[in-house]
Amino acid sequence: MISLAGRDILHSWGKFVLTGLGLGLLIGVTLTMAGVYRGMVDDAKVLLNNSGADLWVVQKDTLGPYAEPSSIHDDVYRGILGMPGVAQASNVTYLTMQVRKGNTDMRAMVVGFKRGHPGEPSYLVAGRHITRSHYEAVADVNTGFALGDRIRIRRHDYTVVGLTRRMVSSGGDPMVFIPLKDAQEAQFLKDNDAIVNERVRTAANPALNLPGVPGLLDTINALQTSNNSVNAVLVRVAEGHSPEVVAQDIRRWKHLQAFTRTQMEEILIAKLIATAAKQIGMFMVILAIVSAAIVAFIIYTMTLGKIREIAVLKLIGTHNRTIASMIMQQALGLGLIGFVVGKIAATLWGPAFPKYVLLEPSDAVSGFVIVMLICGLASTLAIRAALKVDPATAIGG
Amino acid sequence: MKIPLILPRQAWFAAFGIALLLAFGWVATKTGPFAPIKVTVTQGVKGEVAPDLFGIGTVEARRAYLIGPTAAGRVRRVLVDVGETVRAGQLLAEMDPVDLDKRVASTVAAVARGRSVVTAAEAQERDARSRQELAATEARRYVGLGHKGFVGQSLVDGKLQAQKSADAQLSAAEAELAGARRDLDRLEADLGVARQQRDNIRLYAPVDGVVTSRDGEPGSTIIAGQSVLKLEDPRSLWVTVRLDQGRSAGLRMGLPAEITIRSNPRKPLAGKVVRVEPISDSVTEERIARVAFDLMPQGVSTGEMAEVTLRLPAITDALFIPNASLRYRGAQAGVWLHADGHLRFVPVKTGAEGLDGKVQIVEGLKVGDEVVVYSERDLKDDSRIKTVSSLGGKAQ
Repeated sequence: MISLAGRDILHSWGKFVLTGLGLGLLIGVTLTMAGVYRGMVDDAKVLLNNSGADLWVVQKDTLGPYAEPSSIHDDVYRGILGMPGVAQASNVTYLTMQVRKGNTDMRAMVVGFKRGHPGEPSYLVAGRHITRSHYEAVADVNTGFALGDRIRIRRHDYTVVGLTRRMVSSGGDPMVFIPLKDAQEAQFLKDNDAIVNERVRTAANPALNLPGVPGLLDTINALQTSNNSVNAVLVRVAEGHSPEVVAQDIRRWKHLQAFTRTQMEEILIAKLIATAAKQIGMFMVILAIVSAAIVAFIIYTMTLGKIREIAVLKLIGTHNRTIASMIMQQALGLGLIGFVVGKIAATLWGPAFPKYVLLEPSDAVSGFVIVMLICGLASTLAIRAALKVDPATAIGG
Repeated sequence: MKIPLILPRQAWFAAFGIALLLAFGWVATKTGPFAPIKVTVTQGVKGEVAPDLFGIGTVEARRAYLIGPTAAGRVRRVLVDVGETVRAGQLLAEMDPVDLDKRVASTVAAVARGRSVVTAAEAQERDARSRQELAATEARRYVGLGHKGFVGQSLVDGKLQAQKSADAQLSAAEAELAGARRDLDRLEADLGVARQQRDNIRLYAPVDGVVTSRDGEPGSTIIAGQSVLKLEDPRSLWVTVRLDQGRSAGLRMGLPAEITIRSNPRKPLAGKVVRVEPISDSVTEERIARVAFDLMPQGVSTGEMAEVTLRLPAITDALFIPNASLRYRGAQAGVWLHADGHLRFVPVKTGAEGLDGKVQIVEGLKVGDEVVVYSERDLKDDSRIKTVSSLGGKAQ
């Protein structure tokens, strides 16, 4: 039996292919949108993965360190280390800031970590890990830094000694890893003008600059510039211990907040990126509806364009079923081409996005099913129009 | 230009379909979760690991001097300014003497008066002595005359009594003179005290040095313990270095050091550790070492930041890998061993680590074992990998 659909497609294959390509680009945008959403969720997850922690210990009554600011003393970790079930505990600081790069600056999350402890970048793509306790940095490749570059953070220059990949904050900002002590300074140290200003203020305060107590002013000034806070303590739980139990102990006895991995994911995904995710989701839904409508209209107009030929087919006594299957096959073929083109397009332009776009195979599969369903549904509209056509239009009209 | 279409439509359409399928196949296998993870590998080799230590510190003067008065007072004059070189014993500043000059004058007058009193007492003593001598002579004569019977006994007794009286007067005069002399001694000591007190408010340089701070100006009041000037000995500059306790193994006296001063990072200076402080900072978890310059640099200011690299003897014949190969599984350090196209996580024990990123492997690896250095993603036991020569990013 001759395939009517195949014959028709071959008859005007250029038109068919171009329509398929156009549709494909539209589907590509929808898939990309889904990828953007997945990317946001993945950003939040890699942030947790990369820290390598089982527990996040933060200031009491805060949702830190990512969703809310948190500040705890840097000696707290010693107490936590002594608790049962804790294998490793390490101070860490997070600060999203503008990092100077040449004449421009860029947004990055500066992470202060201790070598060999949770919080350090787990893998590199070039260079080496930090070996000096000061003024070295490991940067995410997305920052655009190369090995040997100098990064200016506050008043110090840091040498990039290593590059890593997919180390981002929950907002998608690439990370720059620097030694903890430097990061503490970068986070809490004021600029020189502010420090000088503060000194003058203190000196002018008669209560702090007692003439009979030499040295008091120097002590107060030293106190003002010193800092011993960190944002969080990352804890690795010893094998055989439940993170939940250890977290409970910390919450109960240390008067700190401790989050497990699941809780942290909940905070990041349900709270931190909730609105942004909904925004993207809404956009994706509208895009899907628009795509469906466009597919339906394309198939409908394609059928209307062939209305005379269909009338001829009817006139020569072709079964309705044959006509319907021809239209249906064409619609599904269009959908198939569209999906494949869309998937390829999304994969090709995905990496060009400034933030991470994650195209999941499960999304692609459900996307394929939805595209086919929409095409099938859209073809029914065209089939109705084709079956209603009067065979007489082939001769008259 | 019209391209002649020789091929039939079916062929064109088929070509398009095949191209699309090929592209799709490429997309599905080369990207996304099915794609192999690109890694680079290296072999563990024997070599030298230089486990140098790195710390930062500040330039400080080993000996600094606070020059100030021992009692509260007002500054009268300051003779030197910041930056000037002074010699030991040089007058630097003077406090207001208030009444000290008058007190000196008063004691000088008292001493002069004391001398006059001594002179008067000496005269009195001489007078008493001559009277006593006369009385003695007369008494001897009258006693002789009395024996011969020329004069009456009562006259002799009178003369003897006069002699005793003159003796007593001489003793009194002598005592008076001694007292006046003691008094003069006391007054002279008082004068010394007044002069010393006057001198004490003059501030002298205890050593050769440089004035680093001028804290009191003429007219300002300074209490005991506050300084008018600060001096330091420029030949005693050293660097107080703070080293992370966790990375300070091997720190000891005599280690050669390379000092990079923040103001002149292009020119590192040589030095060596002259003291390792027995007390380390428990709050910052740092050890403190003092590093002296081999050759005292010119124009270095105290309080300046310096980066110090301490050279430890290199460990030769050590099996080492780049530190980027070290991965952690939980708290366990290890490496991904690459053998026969498969990955295996091998726990290792690390030794010394050089500042250049070489890390010594004490246990868990053999020479020639191939380990993963860089990877695009975190690796798992069942990860599919593809070995490449580099993952982008310029090599150092």
